[in-house]
Amino acid sequence: MAKRTSAVGETAESMARRQREISVSEFFLKNRHLLGFDSPRRALMTAVKEAVDNSLDACEEAGILPEIMVELEQTGDNRFRVTVTDNGPGIVKTQIPKIFAKLLYGSKFHRLRMSRGQQGIGISAAGMYGQLTTGSATVIRSRTKGSPAAHQISVQIDTRQNKPTILSDVSVAWTPTFPAGSGDGNEGDPVTYKHGTSVSIEMEAAYVRGKLSVDEFLKQCAIVNPHLSLHYAVTLKKPAKGDAEGEAPADSIRQSFLRAVKKLPPAAQEIMPHPHGVELGMLMQMLKDTESRTVRSALASDFSRISQQTALDICVAAKVDPKARPDKLGPGEIEAVYKTIQQTKLMRPPTDCLAPIGEEEILAGLKKEIDADFYTSVTRDPTVYRGNPFQIEVGMAYAKPQSDEDLNNENPVRLLRFANRVPLLYMGGACSITKAMTGVNWKAYGLAQPKGALPLGPVVVSVHMASVWVPFTSESKDAIANYPEIIQEITLALQECGRRLSINISKRKREAEAERKRGYIEKYIPHLATGLKDILSLPDKDKTKIEGDLKKMLEKTHLEV
Amino acid sequence: MNTNHPIAPQVVSKQAASRRIVEVAKEIHADITKKHKKPSMKFPIRSLANVKYDTKRGHFEILNKTATRTLSYNTVKTFAQSMRLLATTKNDLLDKDDIAGKRELYYNSKSWGECRFDEQPESDTLLDDIEAMLGINREQLGYIPEERGGDVAGPLTVLDIDPSNGKDIKIECAKLGSGAWSIPSRVEHLRFASKAKFILAVETASLFQRLVHHRYFEKANCILISMSGVPTRACRRFIRRLADDQKIPVLAFTDGDPYGYCNIYRTLKVGSGQAAHINRYFCVPQVHYLGVTPQDIIDYGLEDATHPLEEADIKRAKDALKNDPFIQHHKEWQQALEQMLKMGVRIEQQAFAKHGLNYVLEKYLPEKIKKGKFLP
Ligand SMILES: Nc1ncnc2c1ncn2[C@@H]1O[C@H](COP(=O)(O)OP(=O)(O)OP(=O)(O)O)[C@@H](O)[C@H]1O
Ligand SMILES: [Mg+2]
Repeated sequence: MAKRTSAVGETAESMARRQREISVSEFFLKNRHLLGFDSPRRALMTAVKEAVDNSLDACEEAGILPEIMVELEQTGDNRFRVTVTDNGPGIVKTQIPKIFAKLLYGSKFHRLRMSRGQQGIGISAAGMYGQLTTGSATVIRSRTKGSPAAHQISVQIDTRQNKPTILSDVSVAWTPTFPAGSGDGNEGDPVTYKHGTSVSIEMEAAYVRGKLSVDEFLKQCAIVNPHLSLHYAVTLKKPAKGDAEGEAPADSIRQSFLRAVKKLPPAAQEIMPHPHGVELGMLMQMLKDTESRTVRSALASDFSRISQQTALDICVAAKVDPKARPDKLGPGEIEAVYKTIQQTKLMRPPTDCLAPIGEEEILAGLKKEIDADFYTSVTRDPTVYRGNPFQIEVGMAYAKPQSDEDLNNENPVRLLRFANRVPLLYMGGACSITKAMTGVNWKAYGLAQPKGALPLGPVVVSVHMASVWVPFTSESKDAIANYPEIIQEITLALQECGRRLSINISKRKREAEAERKRGYIEKYIPHLATGLKDILSLPDKDKTKIEGDLKKMLEKTHLEV
Repeated sequence: MNTNHPIAPQVVSKQAASRRIVEVAKEIHADITKKHKKPSMKFPIRSLANVKYDTKRGHFEILNKTATRTLSYNTVKTFAQSMRLLATTKNDLLDKDDIAGKRELYYNSKSWGECRFDEQPESDTLLDDIEAMLGINREQLGYIPEERGGDVAGPLTVLDIDPSNGKDIKIECAKLGSGAWSIPSRVEHLRFASKAKFILAVETASLFQRLVHHRYFEKANCILISMSGVPTRACRRFIRRLADDQKIPVLAFTDGDPYGYCNIYRTLKVGSGQAAHINRYFCVPQVHYLGVTPQDIIDYGLEDATHPLEEADIKRAKDALKNDPFIQHHKEWQQALEQMLKMGVRIEQQAFAKHGLNYVLEKYLPEKIKKGKFLP
């Protein structure tokens, strides 16, 4: 009896011996699906996505026209080495270990600015996944402008402590290098830059083609980032001899998506959080962290749309001393401030912080994707959900017949989802974009639509949400959460494009109908003439005249009675 | 019995038919190449709504409601087919003195490329149109019907011509044993000799067989004709020519139902609404209706040998009362139909077997003929 160890015999003390801190890394290791690493094929795509997102963010922030190379090299039956190289500003040596081997470490979380990354998890999670599945380290090579050499650092993550472990750190003569050329081959000399970063991770992965693939992700990436030069190389291991059913596709890929626009998107401005989008706990944190010395100036300088006067009014209404030190406010006082803010009429947050793709550029992107005879795009005015500015853009194209075998009247339209210029491939069902799409009555615009589903038709629809903070449903950043304001904006943009589309569809239907009728009539006119010729024993030239006269006559009367 | 004989209609010669086709084509040709207007063809509308019951001539006569088929997207195919059909009719049939079946015409069109007929009903309908447009029945254009014309037995001598040598062939319709003589598809050239007192046209082949088997035609001195449902054009034309030629009255004996009255008998007597443009050739105005009438059911105690009227029967009867100019002209027929609707039953010719298999020829027919009271 004395040695019982079953749960029934637990005491607070015995339980206390097992209670200890769980590091974020440990948590995500067990919950890797939250980060998009739940299957080998998805893991490959997520790793590429995180690295490419970072490269694009870094280039744009530094004002550099981005050039990126993505390499997938098969190193084992289900192992790949993913290497992403950019011509960005590079990373300072001391920061490298933390960036690549510490979760929740980054430059984008604490600010409100439109960027692809926002959480400070992305690339370290990819490295952690590689480490977990293959035991290998993340290798980073980076060179900053003006430095004589590049650093090459291998790091792993200490998952217990969420801390980097540096395995090696050497200086190398490396410069980021990209294949020259027009897309499919080595024309001319490779291009090198004096700055840039390359991340290389080996991981358990599976390479596939199709809708949910790296191929597709990169293709869509090029569509929404017309200013990007993107190179893509896949090298697959040859299946071993005698292994007839090697699953991997036999061939390899060398592909380049060339830059369509030689201009960087306008730099996105950073903004202060809007008070109406801030929750009580966050307000507490912000008042604790602020550099201002009074509540009044903290409110006025750490938030957007609060002037000194408004800050004073809020303090008075909340019965809080405006001159009090912000970190000395009691919980009751903070709550009073919070409630007063909610009731105060404030200007909406500034929306010039958003850098939408733009209607012209959306059209250019769609033209890359599909050969259509009708393109249209709408960029809505910016608006706000929960204090966060956002902006919706929709592009639509009606494919030419036979331009793509999947695009036809029997299949659902092809929906491309983007958030801050990043293609979203997974979890479409949970996304606001899909929700808005299925909520629109497409029949009104000439497309068939099964109840509660996507419309059918040879149509490509691209929807882009730009925001200082995109509300994703999970850390893997695949689906936009269902905020009514967001769904509403998407719906309005879709309807606008839908109206334009319907005009085109009916025009096209009319033309096709007239064409069909013309062909039909022309088929029978010669027979009519033959009949008359036979009855009246006419010479051939009379038959030709009958045919000519009839064709003219029917054309003139628009083929109607 | 009625012996008031109608005037025989005129027959159109092949040359005249051929000229008529050329006229139509010339007009269309002029429309296209001279007047530069869309050509059109005019057809009399073929339906009950466009006929009147011409009591003087004794048949449905077509009225002058016409449909115009102007060349357009919707009509171009039929238009082209019409021209080719007219060309074939003129060049291959009329001018060459040849004949063709409706089905042959359909197969012949297979050489017309896109213009061909996909199904025979298409070519049949177009032929009906052409017939109506030209006002010449298709038999005279050289088209022979495929359907059988009906069977004949009784004291009648038919003189046919042997096509190989032009000599007469003599057919004795009383000397065919248990068989009968089949009316050919073209009957214009037949000649007759008969001493019969009347012609009895029967709806069903089985009753016809019973009458032949018991040589009823001898006892009653009549010519028996089996129509097998609605009489074909050839059958109607044959009865008409025979009755006109020999000046003998005609009686009809059908099932006692709206179909027997309004379709079989009415068509035999005044022609059809569909082919009113040629009814003058294909009607037998002198025919009278013997039975089975609704009153016969009561008079012969056949109430328990009837069937309830079906939805279609009721509809047909009501339709006839409302739309059929023939029924509307004759009070007696209206009364008969009303009576039938009220009784709610129909009766078959064979129902007399209730009283014994030969009751129909031993009692019913002799009595009715003796009484001489028929429906018009
Ligand atoms: N290729 C690169 N060049 C320059 N800086 C980089 C590069 N990759 C990452 N960084 C820096 O490292 C930080 C961490 O990147 P990480 O992907 O972990 O987080 P994030 O991009 O901020 O957010 P998210 O988790 O949403 O991706 C970034 O915020 C950026 O400052
Ligand atoms: Mg990132």
